[in-house]
Amino acid sequence: MEIEGRAWKYGDNINTDVLFPGKYTYTAKGREEIAGHALEDLDPAFAANVRVGDLVVGGRNFGCGSSREQAATCLVYNGVGAVIAESFARIFYRNAINNGLLAIVCREAAQAIRAGETVTVRIEQRTVACAAGCYSFPALSATVQEILDAGGLVEQVKRRLALTGPAS
Amino acid sequence: MERLSHFRQGNRIGGEGNGPPRTFAQKAIARAAGVDSVEIGEVVDVRPDVVLSHDNSAAIGEIWRQFGQERVAIAKRLAITLDHAAPAPTTRHAQNHADIRRFVQEQGIRNFFEVGRGICHQVLSEEALVLPGQMILGADSHTPHFGWLGAFGAGIGRSEVAALWATGELWLRVPESIRIDLEGDLPPGVTAKDFALRIIGDWGADGGLYASVEFGGSGIEALSIDARMALANMMAEFGAKSAYIAADGKTLAYLEAGLELRASEGTVGDAGQWRLLPDEGAEYSATYRYGAAELEPVIACPHTVDNVVPLSEVAGVRVQQAFIGTCTNGRLEDIAAAAEVVQGRRVAEGTRLLVIPASSMVLQEALREGHIEALVAAGAAIGTPGCGPCMGNHMGVPATGEVTISSANRNFRGRMGTKEAEIYLANPAVVAASAVAGRIADPRSLD
Ligand code: SF4
Repeated sequence: MEIEGRAWKYGDNINTDVLFPGKYTYTAKGREEIAGHALEDLDPAFAANVRVGDLVVGGRNFGCGSSREQAATCLVYNGVGAVIAESFARIFYRNAINNGLLAIVCREAAQAIRAGETVTVRIEQRTVACAAGCYSFPALSATVQEILDAGGLVEQVKRRLALTGPAS
Repeated sequence: MERLSHFRQGNRIGGEGNGPPRTFAQKAIARAAGVDSVEIGEVVDVRPDVVLSHDNSAAIGEIWRQFGQERVAIAKRLAITLDHAAPAPTTRHAQNHADIRRFVQEQGIRNFFEVGRGICHQVLSEEALVLPGQMILGADSHTPHFGWLGAFGAGIGRSEVAALWATGELWLRVPESIRIDLEGDLPPGVTAKDFALRIIGDWGADGGLYASVEFGGSGIEALSIDARMALANMMAEFGAKSAYIAADGKTLAYLEAGLELRASEGTVGDAGQWRLLPDEGAEYSATYRYGAAELEPVIACPHTVDNVVPLSEVAGVRVQQAFIGTCTNGRLEDIAAAAEVVQGRRVAEGTRLLVIPASSMVLQEALREGHIEALVAAGAAIGTPGCGPCMGNHMGVPATGEVTISSANRNFRGRMGTKEAEIYLANPAVVAASAVAGRIADPRSLD
């Protein structure tokens, strides 16, 4: 599988308050409302202009701060194809994976990618390609892979509870 | 120093027992996974003793409903507080609370704490709902707080809490552990908050990324319970998965008082029955040692918690708001320190001082001891126990262009509601001194 889109590039320690402001966390409901507040205090142009398949690129400790899941779902609801960073804060990483959003740890790619350029992620080959080069990223743990394959944690739990049949 | 001798039973020290020495995190995760031992890096399914959520419980309930269950699988292990936007600032927030109350009633959740009881981490600590060696997973990033009592606490997302409600189980990767020792007593005017900020400033906001941060040393033993809570709580800002301070006599006395509160529920027991200690020679990915005597009051400057400088470097910065509260520094000791600073003084013109106790119990004690009287006399505004303006919901959010000095744990851009405001983080005495001076000030050199 391939994800191709434009890169929205940000720096180190991008926190959950700028990804999705705390003041909306108990009231914003529904995909559209959540998507509309994405990156509101970081890059007001993002929510208005992001296209399906685009990639969000960060530096170190991407998603640090709150446990709020909307920091990840606001990207999913905007159609973001993957997030690439040098490292992720652990709750953000879990939230991304749990919502079926591929979070790629790849220092070289995160540093090399330029804002606005087209980036291609080849999932099976585990590579990220941009103008500066092609970089590989490590395999996901079996647990994380299983959740992504199920389409997120909720789907995986449904399977575990045997409420749904095996995914096609 | 007597503290550990009789607690060490059952914990292999040095060369006795089987297998290699273990970190606290390894032992706590093995216990929660129901296995003898786990390796660092291994992924296991755990069954936490307590699952925490708060104002986000209605949203979690919506996810949980997708599982088609009528009853939550682990109702007895749930703890739910209304604290983050409480009392409700808007009808939408009130509706959210109403949805949570309905769920709590439907499911018979006993450990439910209403508006005004206080902040989740403080309330669960006071109620002794988590005991040493146990595991708590919470839909709140400051769940490492429970490291103060020697428990394994980690923050998780809403979907994960919903999954726990449905199955009682969740996967965890066994983290690397970082050991941090503090030796000696903190000098006057220097607090556990300053120590925490110093650690984060030294090693960066991702310096403890993913790790279990395990404390030790005579300086930690000397810390009060309130101070231990502040320290463990702040490790969330270090990127840590969990924090750990060994439970000692002080810890058990505090928890036993909490258990007595709930004696009618038949919960009184030995608070230390599951206590776990790391083995000597356990594997740490890094070890840091601090001498308490070298520490000084520090400030985290906008807009990151690791932007830490000595207080003297920013003294004089004009502040419009001073806020004392939160799960980091809204406890009795913090309010007492603030009251002492403002005693006989007035909050400066053009500055406002907000004091929001972390819990109703803290408020009652602060009332009894006269601290609230002293603070109000000095011009402070007192708020309902809860999170207050910490995350920008209500009860004292700043205007654009304003500067807040706060005893909270986060100063991210936009944290308190507008990205056009600056937040400085400090210990509560420094916040109080700044309120009196109208500028960032050292309480030790107030006029
Ligand atoms: S006081 Fe602040 S940091 Fe603590 S739980 Fe409440 S919102 Fe979170």
